[in-house]
Amino acid sequence: MTTVNTQQSKGVVQDVSFWAGFLATFQRDITLAYRNQGELFNPLIFFLIVITMVPLGITPDPKMLAVLAPGMIWVVALLATLLSLDGLFRSDFEDGTLEQIMLSPNPLYLTVLAKVVVHWLVTGLPLTLLAPVLGVMLSLPAEGYGALLLSLFLGTATLSLIGSIGAALTVGLRKGGLLLSLIVMPLYAPVLIFGASSVSSAIEGIGISSQVAVLGAFLAFGLMLAPFATAGALRVGVNG
Amino acid sequence: MQFQFDNLSEFFNMAGHGPYVWVCYLVTFIAIGYLLIAPIRTQKKLLKSYKRQEQVAQSENSDAPASVTEAKQSW
Amino acid sequence: MAWTWFHQLGSPRWFYEKSTAWLPWLISIALILLAVGSIWGLGFAPADAKQGNSYRIIYIHVPAAFLALAGYYIMAISGAIGMIWRMKVSFVVLRAAAPIGAILTFVSLFTGAVWGKPTWGTWWVWDARITSMLILFFLYLGVMALQNAFESEDAANKASAILALVGTVNIPIIYKSVDWWYTLHQPATIKFTEASTIDPSMKYPLLIMVIGFYVLYATALILKTRTEILQKERKAKWVKDLALAS
Repeated sequence: MTTVNTQQSKGVVQDVSFWAGFLATFQRDITLAYRNQGELFNPLIFFLIVITMVPLGITPDPKMLAVLAPGMIWVVALLATLLSLDGLFRSDFEDGTLEQIMLSPNPLYLTVLAKVVVHWLVTGLPLTLLAPVLGVMLSLPAEGYGALLLSLFLGTATLSLIGSIGAALTVGLRKGGLLLSLIVMPLYAPVLIFGASSVSSAIEGIGISSQVAVLGAFLAFGLMLAPFATAGALRVGVNG
Repeated sequence: MQFQFDNLSEFFNMAGHGPYVWVCYLVTFIAIGYLLIAPIRTQKKLLKSYKRQEQVAQSENSDAPASVTEAKQSW
Repeated sequence: MAWTWFHQLGSPRWFYEKSTAWLPWLISIALILLAVGSIWGLGFAPADAKQGNSYRIIYIHVPAAFLALAGYYIMAISGAIGMIWRMKVSFVVLRAAAPIGAILTFVSLFTGAVWGKPTWGTWWVWDARITSMLILFFLYLGVMALQNAFESEDAANKASAILALVGTVNIPIIYKSVDWWYTLHQPATIKFTEASTIDPSMKYPLLIMVIGFYVLYATALILKTRTEILQKERKAKWVKDLALAS
């Protein structure tokens, strides 16, 4: 899928130019994210507000909340990731950067990977770090925090990877946001199942190694395949 | 092999499970009917509208193509 | 030379003209099989020892579920063929397969729910297979929504082909995950009848219904594909000739 312009890389060690492209995209996106700090906090605020709604909607009873906490935190983290996905390629598409990226000799796979990594650093990672606070709010038992951090750490990265496919497919559409959620959410089911269950297992005192292993496998699988699908989808989305 | 029910009303009743069974078969056969009939009807409609357009185009005796107005069929 | 048929299959006109001859046969075979299977299953197969007569829903529930799943793979494979060999017809098949698959998935969900009421005492259970079917239904809806969102037909075809392929990679993972999730949470209050060895007198009508549904699926897919071809090729001379001759 990725094309390497061999004429240009003559006499240059190829690995260097590959990673140079990756690093350039990475630095650029990090800088952009840093400058738009407002957008950076939006998913986090969303995360916080929805979790506040849970006791209001169900019950403030700590026992009840403790049972719901693992699943609720996971579902809301999933939604927060989903909401932030629409912007992954949108601004680059609108100002034409995306076309330039696709014309460049760097493999699209690595460029996409760099963008996804940045997306995870500015959404998935903060969500993971914020999760223990929300765990306290939902009176999550003490045994669950380690598993919550670990499962969200691995899981949100997979969510960003899978979501990037949807973001690329809908990048050319004016009203892509809701459609994006529609096509991506069914694909999130396995991550949600294993993520939430690892937290519950930790609370019940059962080992969580199997769930964490599966989440790791999902991440490895996603890292291998998702950027390819995203690159293909971007070609369709941009060229029409 | 023999018919499992004593009479027709028992066949429709199926020892109390009749409504469930019959509703399932009804819905399934409506869906099957839709899957077979809807595309055939659309095809006929399309061919008819193309025919009309073609006849108009020929009778006008000019190159101006008839306006394509048939609605795009949605699935 | 051996591959001529493959290239011919890529031509919408060839497909349309050939399928005109197949269709009457396919439709009659499908209807006969479905009629024989239904009457046999409804009236002549013995009642189940545990479930009584409600088990007769199996004769439509199981074939519909088979085809719902197979339909997704058919859709994804035709999408892949379209992406790789740029075959026109395969994208048309992709477009046609999505709604047919969604309808069959709905049928299997609906019959499953209605079957659940007399058997388990409730319309909806978060059983592993039901949940997987529901997610499959969402996957179909996603492909259909994506197809309709694009203005350019070419982009719509390619985008939905990619989504269908991504879904295909995911379906086994989803099935395994949901299965695992279910064994973890299996509620004790609801007793499921195990898939016991099914008696031949119950199996033959099921076999007939499964074959009938396969033929039906093929027929519906060809019919829908022909409609899409007529729309896509409306500027072509052969379509105009066809219209004038009709």
